[in-house]
Amino acid sequence: MDIVKVMAVTGSGSLLFVVFELIRRGRLKERYSLLWLAAGVVLLILSLSRELLEYVARLTGIFYPPSLLFLVAFVFLLLITLHFSAVISGLSEKNKILAQELGLLKQALEDIRNEYKRS
Amino acid sequence: MRKILIIIPAYNEEKCLTGVIEDLRSHYPAGDILVVDDGSNDGTASVARGAGARCISLPFNLGIGGAVQTGYRYAVAHEYDIAVQFDGDGQHVAADIEKLLIPLEQGLADIVVGSRFLTAGEYRPSFFRKIGISIFSRVLSSIIDIPMTDTTSGFRAANRRTIQFFSAVYPDDYPEVESLVQLHRASMRIQEVSVRMRDRSEGKSSITPVRSVYYMVKVLLAVIIDLMKKR
Repeated sequence: MDIVKVMAVTGSGSLLFVVFELIRRGRLKERYSLLWLAAGVVLLILSLSRELLEYVARLTGIFYPPSLLFLVAFVFLLLITLHFSAVISGLSEKNKILAQELGLLKQALEDIRNEYKRS
Repeated sequence: MRKILIIIPAYNEEKCLTGVIEDLRSHYPAGDILVVDDGSNDGTASVARGAGARCISLPFNLGIGGAVQTGYRYAVAHEYDIAVQFDGDGQHVAADIEKLLIPLEQGLADIVVGSRFLTAGEYRPSFFRKIGISIFSRVLSSIIDIPMTDTTSGFRAANRRTIQFFSAVYPDDYPEVESLVQLHRASMRIQEVSVRMRDRSEGKSSITPVRSVYYMVKVLLAVIIDLMKKR
């Protein structure tokens, strides 16, 4: 077993373990963990099977097979950050609406209070 | 009797606000005044209430778009017929509101924009500002097929249709140009009328050189994307 394989298996294995643990403890919601899980599984499979790694590397014209692992990890990171940008955009819209509603509610409450004081 | 709401978005405007509200109360008493305090950290809200205006305090700063939209939501909730956007820094002239309302009342427009360039006034923009203004006005005029001279004007009057639209859709920052494009795409009618504008009585424009580049890029990008969005 070569050192690259040991490192790759340990790396992707620990990624999967950490993601699982976070989900199990309720620190990570499932819907935000799917991409992480997919990344961990794909990387683990490619690290475990040298034949598969070399096969896919040959298909994609990658000279040094282990660098395929970097490519896969990089693509997953891109997807994950893009996903987060989309999630943040949605959250900031919801946050804006909440703030507006809160302002409107406080103003309505103040109106009612003033009316109550007068009567 | 139609109900008119005057929306004043205000972020740290305690120095100018009293004067603005007094101007409105004496020159345009028909309108209810609503100050939207956009998370100010000065006494904007208490100054507004002290001067006799209604005030909505947002829990944190949403930016001009979010603040103005809060006003439109208020207008929907309280069934106003007309909403007027009015700056809190003393630039706009309360007596000119009448002029803005004429095309709305005649049913000729769904939104009326007060322009300081339609007739020659005292306002002399700086060189770079002039370039920006002319780019926006060309882009916008070609999209909506009528000449627009003052695309970034924050002095506007909206009828019920437009109020409804803005309460649902309104851009977050630098909203003026983009919102006109969105209105046009929703087949609302836009009209400009000539108004006076004063030099701001206190404080500086929020537009610094770096921000103005962001401003241009953001607005043009937003406009292009708006045009590509499905209706």
